Amino acid sequence: MSETVLAACGLSKKFGKGEGLVRAVDEIDLEVAQGETVAVMGPSGCGKSTLLHLLGGLERPSAGEIELAGNRVDQMGERALARLRRTAIGFVFQAFHLMDELTARENVELPALLAGRSPRAARRRAAGLLDRVGLADRAAFLPAALSGGQRQRVAIARALSNDPLVVLADEPTGNLDSAATLEVLRLFDGLRSAGQTLVVVTHDSRIAATADRLISMRDGAFTGETRMSGGTRGNLGALAGLEG
Amino acid sequence: MGRIVFIGLLAARDVRYRPASAVLLVLAIVTAATTLTLGLALRGVSNQPYLQTRAATAGPDIVATVSPPQSAGGPSADLASFTALTRASGVVAHSGPYPFTFATLLANGRKAGARVQGRDQAPAPVDQPEVTQGGWVRPGEVVLERSFADELGVGAGGRVTLNGRAFRVAGLAVTAASTLLYPHICFSGCDLSTSELARKVPGDVWMTRADAVNLATAAEPLSYTLNLKLADPSDADAFASAYDSSQTSAYAPFLNSWENISFNSANLVRNEQRVLLIGSWLLGLLAVASVTVLVGGRMTEQTRRVGLLKAVGSTPGLVAAVLLAEHLILAVVAAAFGLLIGWLVAPLLSRPGAALLGSPGTPPVTLATIGLVIAVALAVAAAATLVPAVRAARTSTVRALADSARPPRRRAWAIAISARLPVPLLLGLRVAARRPRRVVLSVISIAITTTGIVAVLLVHAGYNASLGANAGLDNPQDARLSQVMTVLSVALVVLALVNAILITWATVLDARHASALARALGATPQQVSAGLSAAQALTALAGALLGVPGGFGLFSAVNKDGGPVAVPPLWWLAATVLGTVAAVAAISTVPAWLGTRRPAAEVLESELA
Repeated sequence: MSETVLAACGLSKKFGKGEGLVRAVDEIDLEVAQGETVAVMGPSGCGKSTLLHLLGGLERPSAGEIELAGNRVDQMGERALARLRRTAIGFVFQAFHLMDELTARENVELPALLAGRSPRAARRRAAGLLDRVGLADRAAFLPAALSGGQRQRVAIARALSNDPLVVLADEPTGNLDSAATLEVLRLFDGLRSAGQTLVVVTHDSRIAATADRLISMRDGAFTGETRMSGGTRGNLGALAGLEG
Repeated sequence: MGRIVFIGLLAARDVRYRPASAVLLVLAIVTAATTLTLGLALRGVSNQPYLQTRAATAGPDIVATVSPPQSAGGPSADLASFTALTRASGVVAHSGPYPFTFATLLANGRKAGARVQGRDQAPAPVDQPEVTQGGWVRPGEVVLERSFADELGVGAGGRVTLNGRAFRVAGLAVTAASTLLYPHICFSGCDLSTSELARKVPGDVWMTRADAVNLATAAEPLSYTLNLKLADPSDADAFASAYDSSQTSAYAPFLNSWENISFNSANLVRNEQRVLLIGSWLLGLLAVASVTVLVGGRMTEQTRRVGLLKAVGSTPGLVAAVLLAEHLILAVVAAAFGLLIGWLVAPLLSRPGAALLGSPGTPPVTLATIGLVIAVALAVAAAATLVPAVRAARTSTVRALADSARPPRRRAWAIAISARLPVPLLLGLRVAARRPRRVVLSVISIAITTTGIVAVLLVHAGYNASLGANAGLDNPQDARLSQVMTVLSVALVVLALVNAILITWATVLDARHASALARALGATPQQVSAGLSAAQALTALAGALLGVPGGFGLFSAVNKDGGPVAVPPLWWLAATVLGTVAAVAAISTVPAWLGTRRPAAEVLESELA
């Protein structure tokens, strides 16, 4: 059994008060092992994205504990959380969230620059990552000149910029057509093969099918967990129903 | 008609919905309108006190002076030429000739030059100075001109020395005949400017003829003055010109008309008026910047509202008309307030000084002034609103309903340079580069303010320099100018700070997605807010540097008399630039900090919605 990288215990997030109280995340326990890919599935509004934001230190929990590589995330101050996001976590968003005025390469460079790397090192790293996601020839393009799939691949490259312990992906194929979804699925499969720890929230069963573990979520709580068989690996296209 | 009512209704509702924004807009325009009203209302405001003084003192229509050739021990002044003047056509009365000389006056440990005139103890038919305190001249006792005495801190019963000889101050008086009204109103053609003492801000002193004659020295021999009354006072200028052109001798009497003296007596107010008019244009430009940022900021917030208006059938023209109507109505309200405040404040600035009697009263606000102030206010609002209004009208309805932000500008050079900077500066430079027009607006706003501040420093430097030259005696002209410019600077600074807050807030709103993303990627809230402040500080630095030469230019425009420019110490200018940058950085901290309080995830989620 691999070492646990990310763990949550009794994790809750509430919004509002009194009758307007919403339990977006309700006493969730979670452990993610090194190199594991976990998919969290559920309908819209079930709290998937909030869970991801809590795990990544973008929001603070109302209760519970979060541990990343042995460090208590829920007790960290803003600076420590920022450092955590710089060094240990990579985010991939449904809406890509690329800077419109920056080229693909400049977008991928940004986390490295924020982490204090030299411009030269950041550029070299960005070039390598864009090559890895198959966009070396699009490095100088602005996001507006890229397709949805290409933008998401840039976003994935950006998430990997500082070699994070965990990549947290929020509906990474939510805004993509089938062909672009396949591109992203292949990329995630490659990351998993390379031992990258991944937590993906999605309501797309095709992407969930590529995970090691599938967790179902409803009304802020986990309602079921399925450990996927090894046979699913390496057969991505068929599973996703995109080939054949 | 129905369309106009509908536009008015929408505009009124919008004002009610955003009162703070409306108040800021009105405040910006009121400041400019008030200053413009003041500048316009002060025109010619000092005539009344001079005329009152002239009436009370039987003021002359012509003052003739004659001085001896400058060589020591040479011939005395040519008094015979005065005889011809008293017999000239149109002259109906005269007084004098009275002897005068220049002397060094000491009072309360302060030294000044004094023009000492010998007078009869009996009242003169023309130019009998009006005693405002104490009595008239007696042997061994002198009368000081009131504004001069004020600066010296001497009153009736006090003591002064003239050329080392002690005199009791019999009283204080005012005159409408002095070509040397304190401080040094020694205008063009002043034949006394060659005297060493005349250059040292002299004031008028009256004493008996005998005392004045005894005070004269070889270096400061006696000159004479003659006061004339004409049958028609309005002929004074023509009389003086005709006489001057008929003379060939360099030592012939020099004639001054009462109109000329009146004009120069208004110097105090005239400089104020010049400063206020220039200041009002500066404030008007700042108001344009304020309103532009306000409107731009509101457009950022109101994109969806514009979309809704268009979706329910409004034409692009109607959308633009609503925005324009709202701001034009507010501009008219602001102009009305500005006119009222200016009219009420004008008497405070139009005090003629102690040299004249009476007060100017409330200056009339003419129809022309009202029209010009309202026109300027409307122009400010229209100039600032037109571009956003047209842009709003032209925005696609779908895009507006989606509330998507305008795509930012890409500045490759700024992105490349910023990559080499610390994180706050990296973020700051990139934020600034996204909206170049806003940067230009910010630079202009700070440049205008710094221009005003540097001009005030130049006035103060000149003031300090003149204090040194005048043995510590104040020059009320400089002091009054300094006061007005300081008040103007405060107004400029307040508007610039309001602008800095507005611009930062607009930047915060505009950069909210980029800031949230930077935080999601690992930037701390402090780095993000420092970046936003740095963006303002960088533009403030550019503006402040431009403002330094701007200040010299403004001072030159105000200093039309062509006096030498006293350059303030370098550290004053450096402190102005650095202080401006620090103030802008500090004041932008609050909106920048507020902008980072909303959780990054929430901002990113809302972009998705």
